[in-house]
Amino acid sequence: MATAAKIGIGSAINRVDGVEKVTGTARYAAEHPVENLLYGYIVEAAIAKGRIVSIDEEAARAVPGVVEVITHLNRPHVAWTDHSYQDELKIPGSPFRPLYDDRIQFSQQPIALVMAETFEAARYAASLVEVAYEAEAHNTDFEVAVGEKYVPKKKRSGYMAPKDRGDAAQAFADAPLKVSGDYRLPPEHHNPMEMFGSTVEWHDDGSITVHDKTQGSQVVQGYLASVFGFSKKKVRVLNPYVGGAFGSGLRPQHQVFLAVLAAKMLERSVRVTMTRNQMFSHAYRPQAIQSIALGAETTGKLTAIRNEATTSTSRYEDNMENVVTWGLMNYDCPNADAEYTVAQVDTATSADMRAPGAATGMTLFEIAIDEMAYEAKVDPLEFRLINYSPIDAMNGTPYTSKALREAFQEGAEAFGWSKRSAEARSMRDGKELVGWGCATGMWDAQFSKTSASAKLTANGHLEVACATSDIGTGSYTVMTLVAADTLGLPPEQITAKLGDSDLPTAPVEGGSWGAASSGAAVQLACQAVGKKLLKAAGKIAGAPLGEATIDDVLFEDGCIVLKDAPTVRVPFGDAMRAADLTQIEEEETAAPGFGDMWKGMHKSKNTHSAIFAEVKVDEELGVIRVTRIVDAVAAGRIINPKTARSQILGGVVMGMGMALHEETFPDHRLGRWMNHNFGEYHVPVHADIHDIQVIFVDEPDPEVTPLGVKGLGEIGIVGTAAAIANAIYHATGKRVRSLPITIDKILD
Amino acid sequence: MNRFDYARPASVAEAVQAGAGEQVRFLAGGTNLIDLMKENVDRPTTVIDINRLPLNAIEELDGGGLRLGALVPNAETAWDARVEQRYPLLSSAILAGASPQLRNAATNGGNLNQRTRCYYFYDVATPCNKREPGSGCGAIGGVNRIHAILGASDQCIATHPSDMCVALAVLDATVQVTGPEGDRAIPIADYHRLPGDEPWRDNTLKPGELVTGIDLPAEDFTQTYTYLKLRDRLSYAFALVSIAVAMRVEDGTIAEARVALGGVAHKPWRSTEAEKLLKGQHPSPQAFGTFADALLAGAVGQGENDFKIPLARKGIVRALKQAAEATPQSQTDKRVA
Repeated sequence: MATAAKIGIGSAINRVDGVEKVTGTARYAAEHPVENLLYGYIVEAAIAKGRIVSIDEEAARAVPGVVEVITHLNRPHVAWTDHSYQDELKIPGSPFRPLYDDRIQFSQQPIALVMAETFEAARYAASLVEVAYEAEAHNTDFEVAVGEKYVPKKKRSGYMAPKDRGDAAQAFADAPLKVSGDYRLPPEHHNPMEMFGSTVEWHDDGSITVHDKTQGSQVVQGYLASVFGFSKKKVRVLNPYVGGAFGSGLRPQHQVFLAVLAAKMLERSVRVTMTRNQMFSHAYRPQAIQSIALGAETTGKLTAIRNEATTSTSRYEDNMENVVTWGLMNYDCPNADAEYTVAQVDTATSADMRAPGAATGMTLFEIAIDEMAYEAKVDPLEFRLINYSPIDAMNGTPYTSKALREAFQEGAEAFGWSKRSAEARSMRDGKELVGWGCATGMWDAQFSKTSASAKLTANGHLEVACATSDIGTGSYTVMTLVAADTLGLPPEQITAKLGDSDLPTAPVEGGSWGAASSGAAVQLACQAVGKKLLKAAGKIAGAPLGEATIDDVLFEDGCIVLKDAPTVRVPFGDAMRAADLTQIEEEETAAPGFGDMWKGMHKSKNTHSAIFAEVKVDEELGVIRVTRIVDAVAAGRIINPKTARSQILGGVVMGMGMALHEETFPDHRLGRWMNHNFGEYHVPVHADIHDIQVIFVDEPDPEVTPLGVKGLGEIGIVGTAAAIANAIYHATGKRVRSLPITIDKILD
Repeated sequence: MNRFDYARPASVAEAVQAGAGEQVRFLAGGTNLIDLMKENVDRPTTVIDINRLPLNAIEELDGGGLRLGALVPNAETAWDARVEQRYPLLSSAILAGASPQLRNAATNGGNLNQRTRCYYFYDVATPCNKREPGSGCGAIGGVNRIHAILGASDQCIATHPSDMCVALAVLDATVQVTGPEGDRAIPIADYHRLPGDEPWRDNTLKPGELVTGIDLPAEDFTQTYTYLKLRDRLSYAFALVSIAVAMRVEDGTIAEARVALGGVAHKPWRSTEAEKLLKGQHPSPQAFGTFADALLAGAVGQGENDFKIPLARKGIVRALKQAAEATPQSQTDKRVA
């Protein structure tokens, strides 16, 4: 019997929510129509540190349409313990509390919220709020702050302390070849396309529905309940569509606090959105200084790794990242030590931004590795193979899988690496110097406890649901494909629901764990439905499936099929009617350690990538063009090659921004970010992007997660900037150790 | 933005009449003014929407020149066949700027009158003499990567961000204006001004004056010209340094060379004195370098923008080479010619 090719895990299909997104029917947080809505505009602090002495609201209140000016002086009661403000992704410290008191902790801190009948009236009135400050001395200069770097006593959840091995200091001292230096990354702001916004619907019974831009509806639900004293039943948070976030939406941002505060105070539905400028008032990737010292034999065999890094945090929370561990894990080297510290500046707390820690620490480390390859006069790719570690060299544990060697081979072949000439400044194309560089990328393959439901109706429609988010990553499509795969239904008959705190529990979408986690939960829920279907089929007169158990059947084309006798097929509808069922609904939870998910518990779980970059640099002027990138990714099983490729493309482009463009400029006298707009905060534009080839290396891994999926959200950015920096060195002979590599750093 | 009166006159005379008074702004494409109003940087009490005025044509002038209507969009100007054929430098400069969407909306008059991109000018929480006279200059001693190296004052180190105007400077364009005191023509070199002690004045327009058009004299710089823009990414960024060159080469020597710089001063930077150094010279790196040094005489960095001086020098030399060899910079292929 001829059947259409089954669509399931591994099928390259279009994003199931693509049409809604490109036709504008997908509504984002600040787009939900609500009757009788009030609009809020945030007034921000002009100083970096100090106290508010007075706030003159008279002129603002006189603007027609203004309903209220909310400040710390007139706000309703909110929680007063740190504990209440600690969201699910809390980091040690005392979380920022908007409009709590007269303290100013960072420039652009929200200090008042003007509520009006229109956004325009609110915005204008906000400009009329006069604030008098008592300024205190501040410091936003990270280079100064590192003088007081420290190891936080209380570690952030997920922080992995580096483990030293051998005697790195002695080995470095003894090494015939040495490379050492300080490598720098500036502050970067996430700048997702969609600005942070919240629409709060106030209901007569005192409950609220919150349309929020967040990476986790249930995190925001928990935070709001805790801070405002709502019972969770009275707070529903929705985020069905999120226009990117890159980590800035992991923790509740202050606009949702302010919106709910206003709704509660005024007992009205309200909307608060940030402007692009205000997107610089909160989360940013911490600034970093990494001191790397490498020792090697003349053969290129590493003998010593010393890796120290400091990243920026605020005065009130200790944001920690895994910065120094990557190089120690990835390279076979008998002696290694590392130290990680943070330093405080008077800014908002830095935050996770795409591949937090790795995008910083692995990228900068891979520049140092490249330097050592030149020092040893070994091809940079060969150098990485000489020092290849099949196991996690820091923890001494095997990986569930590591196909990095294969990634190097396939990537190098696609790129044509063998045609590279070794010397710097040895390749040229007209007036341009040509450079080829490579780097390794690494990220965690994580899996987080997640629940999902599956509901099959007798007409053959399946709905799968989970409170995860789709921040542009393709979660809807992943859930649909996993469900299609498990129950043998075409994607058109499946609806995936997410982005709603009422749905089965899921963590924030981040860390690249989304697909592995929600995918596993959806699979379990669909398997449970399958079991119910089989049981229902037993009610069919004549029992066509006999005594078949779940292991004896397949689900295919909406039918239960006997494996051993594929002509015996029971349509789902027949089974359900026989059992008098109009629908079957099951909810299941996937989590590490549940059922047979204990496998691989004591192994390291990581994704890897091999990135190859070609740059062309105008010899006289230093104009840099990244003309080719090949990124070969070893990330386990790929659910949807099409959206997976898009994930990597996005990560690579962001890595190009890290290499060449992204940098937020502080004025240390004012303690304020100055290029807080898209005109002057540069990310790559179309003209910067040329050929990007993505390769997924075959990496079967039944241990890493239930579906063998490792996740792709972050791996595309890690190391990309290093491959480009290394290519720039190969082209020009100029080693730039501080990103981004702007024209002034290349110019003679 | 603040509340303002709005008028949409149908004739230039009405517009000029409505334009009298303090804090009046003419609105054309709005690509800069509306942003400034949203950010509370500009707070006009009256906005006069001039989009219905009959200033939207490109017309032939007696003697072979062209008049570019003030309301002709930048994109339409750049792609106009007459402009492309006779003033390819102008097309090139316009296409080096902004994005297609912005060029579709932005007008020629608006391009002349766009404000600086200084970070401090756009942030009302910071000092800026241009925005708030007497409040000080935040950029001096502050974040000044994109700021002026020539012609700045101790009051202001902002730059004029236009690409189009750099080409206009080289083409000896004339700005046609009308106002309460009648019509007048302002040579492009006198249109924009240096900040001096009055950095809030970007140009020499008198109160109430309206730009009606830009006249381009008949010229023949259709082969030996270039617009080279150096910036922090390959498109959609304001110039760190840009160089417009129009040249006539006769019998292997430079009969005339005109060079203007963008992104380095409060106005397009040009020196006819320095240009004399090129006249009669054979095109050579030495001649170009000597000229570059002369054009950049007196250049001063502010710290973060010190690199602009050597960048400008190298850029000038390269642009002169592009022009002399009739290999103008493409604005689509970002490889430097």
